Amino acid sequence: MSAHGNTYVPKSALAKWFESRLPLIGLVHSSFVSFPVPRNLNYFWTFGAILIAMLVSQIVTGIWLAMHYDPSAANAFNSVEHIMRDVNYGWLLRYMHANGASMFFVAVYVHIFRALYYGSYKAPREVLYILGVIIYLLMMATAFLGYTLPWGQMSFWGATVITNILAAIPVVGDTIQSLLWGGYSVGNPTLNRFFSLHYLLPFMITGVVVLHVWALHVTGQNNPAGIPIKSGKDAVAFTPYATIKDVFASVVFFAFFAYWIFYQPNYLGHADNYVPANPAVTPAHIVPEWYFLPFYAILRAVPDKLGGVILMFSAVLILALAPWLDTSRVRSCNYRPIYRQFFWLFVVVCIVLGWLGAKPPEGGYVLAARICTAYYFLHFLLVMPLVGLFETPKALPGSILETVTGPGKQVSGSGMPVGAAAAPSSKG
Amino acid sequence: MKTTRVLAASLLAAVMSVTATSADEGTPHPPREKWSFAGIFGRFDQAQLQRGFQVYKEVCSSCHSMSLVRFRNLSEAGGPGFSTGQVKELASQYKVKEQNDAGEDVERPARAADAFPSPFPNEKAAAAANGGKAPPDFSVLAKARTYERGFPLFVVDALPFVGFSEQGVDYIHALLNGYEDPPGGKEIPSGTYYNKYYAGHLIAMPKPISDGQVTYAKNDKGEPVVPETVDQYSKDVAAFMAWAAEPHMMARKALGLRVILFLLVLSGLLYYVKKKIWAKVGGEVHGLQPELHKTY
Repeated sequence: MSAHGNTYVPKSALAKWFESRLPLIGLVHSSFVSFPVPRNLNYFWTFGAILIAMLVSQIVTGIWLAMHYDPSAANAFNSVEHIMRDVNYGWLLRYMHANGASMFFVAVYVHIFRALYYGSYKAPREVLYILGVIIYLLMMATAFLGYTLPWGQMSFWGATVITNILAAIPVVGDTIQSLLWGGYSVGNPTLNRFFSLHYLLPFMITGVVVLHVWALHVTGQNNPAGIPIKSGKDAVAFTPYATIKDVFASVVFFAFFAYWIFYQPNYLGHADNYVPANPAVTPAHIVPEWYFLPFYAILRAVPDKLGGVILMFSAVLILALAPWLDTSRVRSCNYRPIYRQFFWLFVVVCIVLGWLGAKPPEGGYVLAARICTAYYFLHFLLVMPLVGLFETPKALPGSILETVTGPGKQVSGSGMPVGAAAAPSSKG
Repeated sequence: MKTTRVLAASLLAAVMSVTATSADEGTPHPPREKWSFAGIFGRFDQAQLQRGFQVYKEVCSSCHSMSLVRFRNLSEAGGPGFSTGQVKELASQYKVKEQNDAGEDVERPARAADAFPSPFPNEKAAAAANGGKAPPDFSVLAKARTYERGFPLFVVDALPFVGFSEQGVDYIHALLNGYEDPPGGKEIPSGTYYNKYYAGHLIAMPKPISDGQVTYAKNDKGEPVVPETVDQYSKDVAAFMAWAAEPHMMARKALGLRVILFLLVLSGLLYYVKKKIWAKVGGEVHGLQPELHKTY
């Protein structure tokens, strides 16, 4: 965040005094006010702001829920129902938090696929991108831990399945499993640990988000054309331009979020999780939440347990290698006619994997899951390196400005922006 | 581009239709009923909830507990709408256990703040008295039961206006009407009963209710308001269970309408603010110093 020249000029004596001791206002100003934003960003670029809004929403509702929740095997289920029935607006807090997790993943998947489509992972944004993959991993861990807390049937058996998966890791697997269980099976100590970790991880996510935003503000944002900002005409100031766009998009997203909270609060969950946990009764189908389904399908596509575990974790980790697997120097798929087709095929394969993850592992489902799993990895290991070598990309535009106004057109430099963008700081 | 999308979409549809054939297990889907509380503007029918409670009290409650619901809930907004006086009177007909100051277990009449006492002292006793399996608690049962709708209906179910989230209530209604003779006169193990809608068809609960078993209140002219049939009883008790599982449903739907309308109006206003601000974008931007802002 400090890579930019500090354009903040303190006006009042107090601000001058403070700024010369800790340049915090200047830091915020250079990151969120005067920061140059490519002017051709589309609405897919608002999901970063939406994700921050969702993170805040999850932390705030989570803190309030924790005030009423009892993390013990005997009372967890009933304490969640106590929140639903007796706590003022408890039903709202819980449905916001449960559906908020799903919306968080909706937004993060849009964000990830946007990065993949526009080549945002390529140099010089590799570290920024890998920090994003780390946030995604932490989100998955947090969501899994959170889903066990209501201590319903799916909570209990989901925890059992996943901790058994970890036991398949060679050498350290059993130790990890015992540490998570706190005993010889999933039980009260497990729930206590999961609650503690579920409260810890969001703050670790927040920390990595700070690094993610920091890295973003060092390299600047990618954009739909995938070409750098070359002059001031290619950019707008973060405030008010990106700010108002982000606020507008976030409000639209929250209207979508609200629909699930108020009218389909249980659609994305499982009916079985309204049955209290019972170690003696296994549900007919143990299915994870929708956002894990593609990885669940990959896990079950492999006949060998350890092999399935390796492939499932590799499916996430391989994302981090994308900057080096993609050999094309052109970032945006808008200018990559061949790779773009493979990109959409990859999207469809991920959706089909998600659907297969919800189906029992039998008959045609297994075969389909194996084909899709194979493509998932081939996309990274074969398509990304090879297409980059053989594809002839379309001609890139001369500048970002050109993609907005059309080639050859000139925009007068005497427009409003100087005055408009200068206005916020003149108040400061 | 277009061809890829068409190709991808047809691949998606092909995989789904090929694999979907192996799913069905021979349990028919519950028929879809009309519920007053379904949909965005859904509201509980107070008279129906009161009738449903009567069925629960006179029939179901002899085996099924409802331990998360408190007597006072019956007089709270968005529910069956009993008066606080009625609830007090009703609660006093039940006995709850408590410890007195001498540490002895004593029984006292229930108060409005108490939860419904369970018919059995504990789960083991409930199981022992019911052929080895405790009858499930009613508190959240309407949300704990469902059936799979399959592709593409499950997608449609999520949408506004055509959406559907009453699978559990439909299932409960269907189950109570699903008792029949086993097909082909097949022998079934003793202690089980044949039910069309139960997974595996062999249910431990005998047919719990028959036509005319519960006498509903008549109207002013002494005529019945609704038929006293299993179909009506099961609709009423399923609606009551939907309320018991989600006592704040009406408050939720009402608040949701206001929240979403507010967000839509706000987003409309923000859209025009955004348009106005972006109309100013022309040339050089203040604060951008290319030599300092190394953007790639």
